[in-house]
Amino acid sequence: MTTVSTAPGWQSRLRVTLPRVVKSEWIKFWSLRSTWITLLAAVVVFAGIGLLASSIGGDGAAASGPPGPGGPGGGQATDPTSLSLAGSMFAQLILGTLGVLLIATEYSTGMIRSTLAGVPKRLPVLWAKLLVFVSVVFTVAVAASFATFLAGQAILGADGVSISDTGVLRAVLGTAVYLTGAGVLGLALGALLRSTAGAITTLFGGLFVLPGVSGLLLPDSWSDKVTPYLPSNAGNAFTAVTQNADQLSPSAGLAVFAGYLIIAVVAAALKLKNRDA
Amino acid sequence: MIEVHELTKRYGDKIAVDRLSFSVKPGTVTGFLGPNGAGKSTTMRMLLGLDSPTAGSATVNGRPYAEHTAPLREVGALLDAKAVHTGRSAFNHLRAMAATNGVPMSRVDEVIDLVGLREVARKRAGGFSLGMGQRLGIASALLADPRTLILDEPVNGLDPEGILWIRNLMHSLAGDGRTVLVSSHLMSEMAVTAEHLIVIGRGRLLADLPVAEFIAQASLDTVRVRTPHAAALHDMLAGPDITIYSLDRGLFEVSGLTAEQIGDRAASAGLTLYELSPQRPSLEEAFMELTKDSIEYQAHDLKETVR
Repeated sequence: MTTVSTAPGWQSRLRVTLPRVVKSEWIKFWSLRSTWITLLAAVVVFAGIGLLASSIGGDGAAASGPPGPGGPGGGQATDPTSLSLAGSMFAQLILGTLGVLLIATEYSTGMIRSTLAGVPKRLPVLWAKLLVFVSVVFTVAVAASFATFLAGQAILGADGVSISDTGVLRAVLGTAVYLTGAGVLGLALGALLRSTAGAITTLFGGLFVLPGVSGLLLPDSWSDKVTPYLPSNAGNAFTAVTQNADQLSPSAGLAVFAGYLIIAVVAAALKLKNRDA
Repeated sequence: MIEVHELTKRYGDKIAVDRLSFSVKPGTVTGFLGPNGAGKSTTMRMLLGLDSPTAGSATVNGRPYAEHTAPLREVGALLDAKAVHTGRSAFNHLRAMAATNGVPMSRVDEVIDLVGLREVARKRAGGFSLGMGQRLGIASALLADPRTLILDEPVNGLDPEGILWIRNLMHSLAGDGRTVLVSSHLMSEMAVTAEHLIVIGRGRLLADLPVAEFIAQASLDTVRVRTPHAAALHDMLAGPDITIYSLDRGLFEVSGLTAEQIGDRAASAGLTLYELSPQRPSLEEAFMELTKDSIEYQAHDLKETVR
């Protein structure tokens, strides 16, 4: 009954390798409708808001005084680069959700038991998911970021800037890095909390609510020290062309943001490795 | 070959598996039997490395499952039919599973045909009936042509035809020399499926013996007798170690004597018998007898509960 029409001897060549786990995760990533919908939604929202902000902001930019930075934290963007990239504020949540879904739904559906039966050493699953996620999402984010920037500057016309202007290339690439990072944060939270709702709530809270809350609840002297180090504000520091005085420098912002990702991924790895599935 | 040694799993104060030791040999279907909550699934999860034991060890073919280089080749497992992402098609689910261990894609097609899911292979698994989900689970288990099969309640949700199919499948897998461990909470199912039984209750081993022996032990040797001369026969049969229960007028059950002994004595006294039949308790009753002290969720008499 297990007579094999497949080339004989295949059984002896079986073994788990990281490239094989990556291939499996690649198949899993693209074989869910939610992946396509979420990616498409992120691109549409990112480009749509960026172009809208460029067309509205362009009209008033000349009158509203000196340009200020905007970005993922929700600051009011008035400089031309930030206007065209304003969609990252919402796109980060959509891509973060994609990251959460990639692993939390394995727990909610029970798929994780099949996954870990195939790869009982467990950690290769997390590395493979990260590799697939980062390569796909970063590619999409870079393309979306450049395209939206260029289209946005075209709308702004004479008020627009060039990619070769100081800090602009860094902001455009930085936005793609930030968006990918938000997704990685979602993926790590999904692995840590094993619940779609819990991980999305935590992610939204951390990226969206925390900056506002810290300003409201903390005494000013604390708030000034803490606020620049929050994930989204650290992101602002390298996704905008210009920085306010109370913001980190672009490189410090990138380092702080990367620090959050590393902590989250390490925590996710420890939980995956050590806890009952 | 599955070896479980002093295996223990605690969840806080609650002990799910309690110093359990047994081994499962290749070439036979071994039934893993116990009431709900006895620790069967927990034991199987530990065998697959999904849960880590509090103490003791669980190995498959000489090693913990996670230490095999090609785990799917060692063990094919069906832990529950719901170990599938509901948004993915059966085909893609199997393709992704196969990729991890390097199983060729042609084998995916083979197992799809083997379990009879060809027509629905491209449909989302979330829309599958319980029986189709179970077939997909079996397909995943068979994917890498494993030496050992661990199947948790595989007949759940299957129609009679499906149950027969699983039964034959398990017999032929064991016939190939594979190790087959199959759990169930239904003794009647195990009696026709398994050759060997491991019975647990409250996480402890209650019995480890061939099914035939279990059935023989279970027989309590009562004989049902129907006769118009009940009173006279009663007097003849009475004796030490012999109990007689009256069931109805002219109908009673005797334990402590064989049907032959009763028949001979009745014949010698010229008493007519309308019925003389050895009674075997059903396997289900024997199983309940064995596990009655270890049932976790004991249903109580309504009056007792209300009071």
